This record gives sequence, structure tokens and C-alpha cells, in this order.
Amino acid sequence: MTSGGHERRWAAAILAALALLALLPLAAPRDDVLNFVFLILLAITLAESWNIVAGYAGQVNLGHAAFFGLGALVTRTLWTDGIPVLLAMAAGAATAMLFALVIGVAAFRLRGAYFAIGTLALGEILRTTVGNVLPQISTLPAATIASYRLTQRYYLALGLAAVSVIAVTALATSRLGLGMRAIREDEEAAEASGVGALSLKLTALALSTALAGLAGGLFAYYHISYYPSHPFGPQWTFDALQGPVLGAVLYVVLKEYLALHWVDIHLLIFGALFVAIVLLLPGGLVQATERARAVLGGSRRAA
Amino acid sequence: MILAQQLLLGLLIGGLYGLAAAGLSLVFGVMRVLNVAHGELIMLGGYGAFWLAALLGVDPFASLALVIPGALLLGAILYWGLFGFVVRAHEETRVKNSLLIGFGLALALHALAVRLWTADERSIPTSYGGAVLSVGELSIPLVRLATLVLALLLIGALQLLLSRWRWGKAIRATAEDWQAALLTGIDIRRAYLLAFALGTALAGAAGTLVTVAYSVSPSIGLEWTLKALIVVVLAGLGSMMGTFVGGLVLGLAEAASAATFGGPYREIVGLVIFVVVLTVRPRGLFGR
Repeated sequence: MTSGGHERRWAAAILAALALLALLPLAAPRDDVLNFVFLILLAITLAESWNIVAGYAGQVNLGHAAFFGLGALVTRTLWTDGIPVLLAMAAGAATAMLFALVIGVAAFRLRGAYFAIGTLALGEILRTTVGNVLPQISTLPAATIASYRLTQRYYLALGLAAVSVIAVTALATSRLGLGMRAIREDEEAAEASGVGALSLKLTALALSTALAGLAGGLFAYYHISYYPSHPFGPQWTFDALQGPVLGAVLYVVLKEYLALHWVDIHLLIFGALFVAIVLLLPGGLVQATERARAVLGGSRRAA
Repeated sequence: MILAQQLLLGLLIGGLYGLAAAGLSLVFGVMRVLNVAHGELIMLGGYGAFWLAALLGVDPFASLALVIPGALLLGAILYWGLFGFVVRAHEETRVKNSLLIGFGLALALHALAVRLWTADERSIPTSYGGAVLSVGELSIPLVRLATLVLALLLIGALQLLLSRWRWGKAIRATAEDWQAALLTGIDIRRAYLLAFALGTALAGAAGTLVTVAYSVSPSIGLEWTLKALIVVVLAGLGSMMGTFVGGLVLGLAEAASAATFGGPYREIVGLVIFVVVLTVRPRGLFGR
């Protein structure tokens, strides 16, 4: 893991880029551009939120879509019932967090793969059940569609992406984040030096799933019509875990490109590419560039 | 009477849950690697049987004789190409990267299956497909009964292999303590390879039986991975017969849940089992 200063520099660069994107609706008021950037912002939020648990607490959440989906379901239901959208999104985030804690308390007591199993189970069981109970497509009422403003959604996505970057950076440089990294490196040693592993893992999980729930709420606010079970689908988990491995921006650009040019096999290419990167660069692209820089820097110093 | 019939059907599919879980449990127990693409391997086994029936007219039950060796080979290839690399890593990286690889593999295999066989649901029609055994007011579909019996036989055969065969004992020793196994001169790499290949073979057999008794489509993978995972958590590691019984329990519980709360809620019981078992008895019902 890198030092706090390094984390802060990364975050500052990302936030500067996000600030520039705030001008985009004025510079290029085109729906296709805004929609594309919206998808990137959503992927950044999902990736950052997933990485809180995976990167800092060392637990692989294979059901991130469950929390995204719960956020979407609750937000959509409350919002279309007339509750203000921000309040509805908060309720969605709270629901996602609550479910996460129930699973987490059971699964975190064990080591290894049980948390992954539990989250995967939660995601798939909710997807099937929501699909069974709510088989109808959910479409916004005509009045809402008539007053639909893409820029509102865009700025909300921008804000949420910024919040998740700030939250993760604040976590990385805080005492809490230090404790989480200590558990990841060696849980027994961390416990022995007074770090409460279970409560820290649960804190990481709560933060992570609340952000995922907010992202789901944003999705529900953004999409005019979708099947209620769609946000629970495993492709959203995949969107989230691509981030730390490939980089969220590269991921969305590549995916959209492949989806346009190889409609039916783009997921095949993607799955294969993903597996290859995990095998060849077990620490992901960021670690690989850092290692490359360390090697280059080392040789420069030697010369 | 309707309830009894529903429970009976739950029991019949439970046998396949047990078979699906046995392969996963073997790989998880020996390699400490959780293959989340296990359901996709089941799906491929199903399409293997479908192809043999559609192209060559092979009877689906007879096709097991070809699907199982084919799946053994596929398992060996996947071990050499993918999972053999992660098993060398230390624990946290191994758990994490094997999950990521399995997830990527699952997506890729799903896309491949859609490409090769379209997203349509396929089944294998047979002349005896509609045969029913009537016991009192219960009617037992013969094909499903046959899959339950075959699942039991296959798991029994695996149990025998693990307890009698030289390499079976090596696999169990590696599962117990790989360092001690290494010290006693066991080639643990080969034990891993055999365990993964056997696990894949069981997945292939399960897929064939699923396709005979029900149907196959590219998207069944995740659903079967999930059933297998719940059974593994429920039964615990270390006993193949326990895994089979765990499968039956899940089948019965799902049927009871569907009968009580209605069909749309039948899956919820799996999640409840997961949370309750981990909280109350984390080793599983039959785990050592």
C-alpha cells in the first residue's frame, strides 16, 4: 500500500478532473456525451465503493449488485410515490447498509471465502425474488418524463463520484483506514495490537454498501424504464470489481467500444481480458504502473 | 397431498443440488479455492449432453460416459491454465484472485454459451421422458427419480475413490494439511490437479442430469453455483455423503418455502439457511 501523501495526490488529480467535468454540460450540451460520462461516473462510484471492502478490509464482495439493486428498488418505489428524490436515495442507502450488516455479522466471523459466498447469495437471491415478485417493467409516469432533465442527473452523478473519491481518500489516510489495512495484512497481529477486526470490517462494509445504495438510487432516478430485477444483476458487480483491476474509466470506454463493434461477444472478450489481467498482474493496473515506476526510478537513481 | 407432492419434487431436485455441491466442496476443501464458475461448468456439461443427443442421437443417460471424461479433461486444462497459478499464492491473494478469476470465467463462459447455443432454453426429448410412477396419490417422474439415484451413485463412487484409491488418500491428506502432506512426500500439485479435474467431472455429470430432467440455458450457471454454495455452507466440508444430504435438505426447504409463502419466494430460504448456519454452526451440519 502506498503512503497517505500519494493517495492524496491521486485523489486531488481525480477531483480536479471531476471539477472540469462540471463544465461539460455548458461546453458540450449533447445528450450522448452526457450519458456516456454519466456511465463513467457511475462506474467510478461503484468501483470506489467496492474497493473500500476489497482494498482496505481484504474481503471480496461478489454481490455488490445486491446493494446497488436495493438502493435502486427502494429509491424508485419511494420517489415515484412522491417522496423527494434525495430523501428516497438516503432511504435506499440505509436499506442496503442494513442488509449488508446482517450478512456481514454472520460471514465476517469466518475467514476466507464465506463473505464472498454470502454476498453472492444475497445478490442472486434478491435478483430472482425481485424478478418473481415484480415481473413488470418499471416506467416513470408521463409527467415525470416530460420534466426530465439529464443535466440534473449528470450533476448528481458527478457529486456522488466526488463524494466517493473523497470518502475513500479520507479513509485511506485516517486511523480507521490504517486499522483496516492492518487487518488485511495480518488479522491476528492487528487484533493483538488492539485493532477490533470485526467492528472495523463492519464499518468498511457499511460505508461501502451505503455508497453502492446511493449509486443504485441514482440509477433509479436516471433510467426512465427498466426491469426492477435488472440492477441486481451480476454485471453490476463486475462493473464494480473491474475498477480497481482495470481502472473504471478505461473499463467503461473499452466496454462501450467493444459493445458497439462486437455486440454479441464483447462480454466474452471482457471476461477473458479480465482473467488474463488478474493472472498476469495480480495487483491490478495501478500496482503495475507503480511497480514500473519504481523500477524506472530505481534505474535512474542507479545511473 | 399437494404439499406431499411438492416436497417429493423438492427432494428429487435436491439430489442434483447435492451432486452440484459435491464437486464444489471437493475443490474448495482441497485447494481452498472457491470456483464461482462451478455453475458454468455444470451448464457446459448440460450442453455437452445436448450436443451429443442433437447431433449424434446419443441417449442422455448414456452420454454420461462421454461427458464425464470430457469434463475431467476440461478440468485439467482449467487447472493448468488458470487455477494452478492462484493455488501457489499465499492465502489472502489466493482467495481473492481465485474469486476474481472465477467471476471473469463465469462471464466469459456465459457469453460463449450464448454465442454457441443461443440464449434459448434447451432440453433433450426422450421416448421415456413422460413416464410416471404412481404411489398412492403421489406421482413420481421416473426420469427425475433416475437422476436422484445416479447422483447418489456418483457421490458414493467419489467417496469410495477418496477412501480407497492411493491418490484419493493423497487428496484427502492434502485437504487435511498440505504442509504435512508435502513433508510425507505427496505430490500436492498432482493432488490439486486431480481434485479440480474430479470436481469438474462431477459438475459435468450434474449438468447432464439437470438437462435430462429439467432444461439448460446459458444463464443457469450462477443459479447452480449459488445452490451448490448454499449446500456447501449447510453441510460443511469433509463429508461427501453429508453434502448429498445437505442437497436434499435444501431441496425440501425450498419446496416447503414455496408451499408456505408462494412460488416467487422459494429462493429466500437459501439466504436464511446461509445466515443461520454461519451464525449457529459455522462448520456446517456435517463438517469436521
